[in-house]
Amino acid sequence: MKKLLIWLPLALFLGFFGLFASGLLRPGDRIISSKLVGKPLPAFVLPAAASDRPPLQSGEFATGKPRLLNIFASWCVPCAAEAPQLLALKRAGVEIDAIAIRDARPDVDAFLNRYGNPYSRIGLDARSEVQIAMGSSGVPESFIIDGKGRIAYQHVGDIREDDVPMILDRLRNAQ
Amino acid sequence: MIAEAGLAALWLAASLALLQLALAAIGLAGGKSDLLGAVRPVAVAQGVLTALAFALLITLFLRSDMSVLLVASNSHSMKPWLYKFAGTWGNHEGSMLLWVTVMGVAGSAVALFERALRRDTHMATLGGQAAISLGFYAFLLFASNPFARIDPPAPDGQGLNPLLQDPGLAFHPPTLYLGYVGLSVAFSFAVGALLTRQVDAAFARAMRPWVLGAWILLTLGITAGSYWAYYELGWGGWWFWDPVENASLMPWLAATALLHSVTVLATRDALRAWTVMLAVIAFSMSMVGTFLVRSGILTSVHAFAVDPERGTFILALLGIYIGGALALFGWRVGAVREGAPFELVSRETMLVVNNLLLSVILGLVLVGTLYPLLTEAFGHKVSVGAPYFDRIAGPVALVLMIAMVLGPLTRWRRDRMREVTRRITVPMVAAGLVFLALAVFAWGRIGILPFLGLVIALAVAVGSVAPLWKRNLWRTPLFTWGMVIAHLGCAVSLAGMACDSAFTVEKLVAARPGDRVETAGWTLRFRQILPIAGDNWTALQADMEASRGGGKPVLIHPQSRFFASPPTTTTEAALLTRWDGQLYVVLGQEADEGRWQLRVWWKPFVTLIWFGGFLIALGGALALVGRERRGWLLKWRARKAAENAA
Repeated sequence: MKKLLIWLPLALFLGFFGLFASGLLRPGDRIISSKLVGKPLPAFVLPAAASDRPPLQSGEFATGKPRLLNIFASWCVPCAAEAPQLLALKRAGVEIDAIAIRDARPDVDAFLNRYGNPYSRIGLDARSEVQIAMGSSGVPESFIIDGKGRIAYQHVGDIREDDVPMILDRLRNAQ
Repeated sequence: MIAEAGLAALWLAASLALLQLALAAIGLAGGKSDLLGAVRPVAVAQGVLTALAFALLITLFLRSDMSVLLVASNSHSMKPWLYKFAGTWGNHEGSMLLWVTVMGVAGSAVALFERALRRDTHMATLGGQAAISLGFYAFLLFASNPFARIDPPAPDGQGLNPLLQDPGLAFHPPTLYLGYVGLSVAFSFAVGALLTRQVDAAFARAMRPWVLGAWILLTLGITAGSYWAYYELGWGGWWFWDPVENASLMPWLAATALLHSVTVLATRDALRAWTVMLAVIAFSMSMVGTFLVRSGILTSVHAFAVDPERGTFILALLGIYIGGALALFGWRVGAVREGAPFELVSRETMLVVNNLLLSVILGLVLVGTLYPLLTEAFGHKVSVGAPYFDRIAGPVALVLMIAMVLGPLTRWRRDRMREVTRRITVPMVAAGLVFLALAVFAWGRIGILPFLGLVIALAVAVGSVAPLWKRNLWRTPLFTWGMVIAHLGCAVSLAGMACDSAFTVEKLVAARPGDRVETAGWTLRFRQILPIAGDNWTALQADMEASRGGGKPVLIHPQSRFFASPPTTTTEAALLTRWDGQLYVVLGQEADEGRWQLRVWWKPFVTLIWFGGFLIALGGALALVGRERRGWLLKWRARKAAENAA
């Protein structure tokens, strides 16, 4: 027993060493996708994040029509860069809702004034609780919610111009 | 010329390290005393040369020598001199040079000042220190040469990350490194003692001041880093559980455990193998931390030097040194006899509990930090954030704090449960009163952890001064004062953390000049926004008057700063410190129609967090001075007695 204990630290270290080596060998990308893709949206009720848009709750999604749920924040620079693409999606007839993360209403209002407002409803997630429940780790992220209220697709990072056709495609398929 | 001289000094130091290792190894193996006699001077010369190389690199930065690649890519001629100076270690190569400098200088200090250790163990220790240094010299010279030239020289430098352009950079990394790398001495002591099979009380007494010294500096470094992040990053938080922060916390946890177990070994000759293990683990954690940060296998806000090739190099060093030390441990520690036994109710038991809990926290932080890596190896991706660490490590830390009340009030070797219970009555009553007060006034409004944190903080505060009860304070040994103050510091810090998370008031507004903002008893009058210019930045600065309870208004100036090289914006929060907390104001972006985003926090007693950290380090310093003075006095008395007898 004592013999085993004496060699245990070395064994543990060798385990860590192997782990580190494997981590070095596969640098790979660091995108962490949500476990909830394919599952129903977690339940939430959020207060309104903007003065002229209604609040958001999870029950409002299962309407038979797929919607885009954008997670953003007024303090997030890539979110501003993403704004034109969201406006383009809106013009293409996509219904977009949003959750503003760690934000405040005056800031959100100012952001929407400056970059345009493609959103139908905006919920305020002041402590990132809903964001974490959805398996999202940063802003911006966009989720396609299908007509039955399930998460069909998660887009990590800002939606670029070349992503727009792909998003439209996925929305059509999520009927 | 300066760069070439620096590189030459570095090569020379590396060869001296090799010589030092060879002298110690051959001398010890063959019992050649004359060879061993040369080890100490070589160690001193090696330390001097690394310090010289480092001083030369600083000179290059101060002179903005743009023909040196490192200066050109990390400095700028228009920078204030303080940031040219501190910018020396604000990059990968420079900070690695600081690393080997600390290692070399610590090695010379061991060569010069260590008198208590048996000679063969002393020499084995110096050999061990040289062996570790060699790996890091190789890393610097072959993979991260700080003195590389570029031809033609750059017209000017690319600048230093503006987040680092703060006086904190001059203080935090060097202190942290002195502690972090200073732990290499404990590692070498352990290796030396295993080689010569001298793991006993005398060994522990010799090692203790070195552990204490490194631990004090590490404590100061972490405290300073936390405060720096708090005011510079403008998020109002003081600890983010970022991998790099964890990388500094893990050696601290191991060193804190070591500090307590080395005392058991020095006082009671118990916990021999365990103490040696901890000494190995403490510096191993420093090396693992460095690897995690610099290899880029974990993403971190601090990752300024991500390079997989360097990662491979450091991983090889980890394998050699940690693997080697642990193999030596397995091979030799069986020969270390069991130390002295002790009863279940005794201070030894309390310190074992302390060690176990610290190790559990260390394990939890390590697992949390590495978990993303582990799951990725199996194809899943997760990230571990503050909620995990708060919820998992927090409760264990609180249990540890309870042990902190009991430990100092329990006698060495054997005690009676009834006596211990009697001694902790007062702390328990104090904690009970806080519990009642909080239950009446704040029930349901503050979280369970801050709630318990406040209760336990008071118990620890009262319990930590209890050892002074009924003692003649003048005759109380300095190291007892050290323990009292360090433990009190833990209570103070815990109280600050609990108050911050329980009572902080946050307000976000968009205001225009002329507006008034009210929050948590404070009134802020937003007077105007003015552009101002600094040495290498311009800023928009808000003039505000802050007042409370009709008191005299104080001017505060939160800024939004723009740096041209590299182009970045930073927020400079305005902090107003009062005895009962801090007002923290951040100026955000301009919203519409001339309104500005303001983020205002009132953080009651938040400063206690860092004041406590400072007290902990102060306690360590008192213990160090007290122990050294006592050793010196004992020797002096012995000499007097010998003279009198003669």
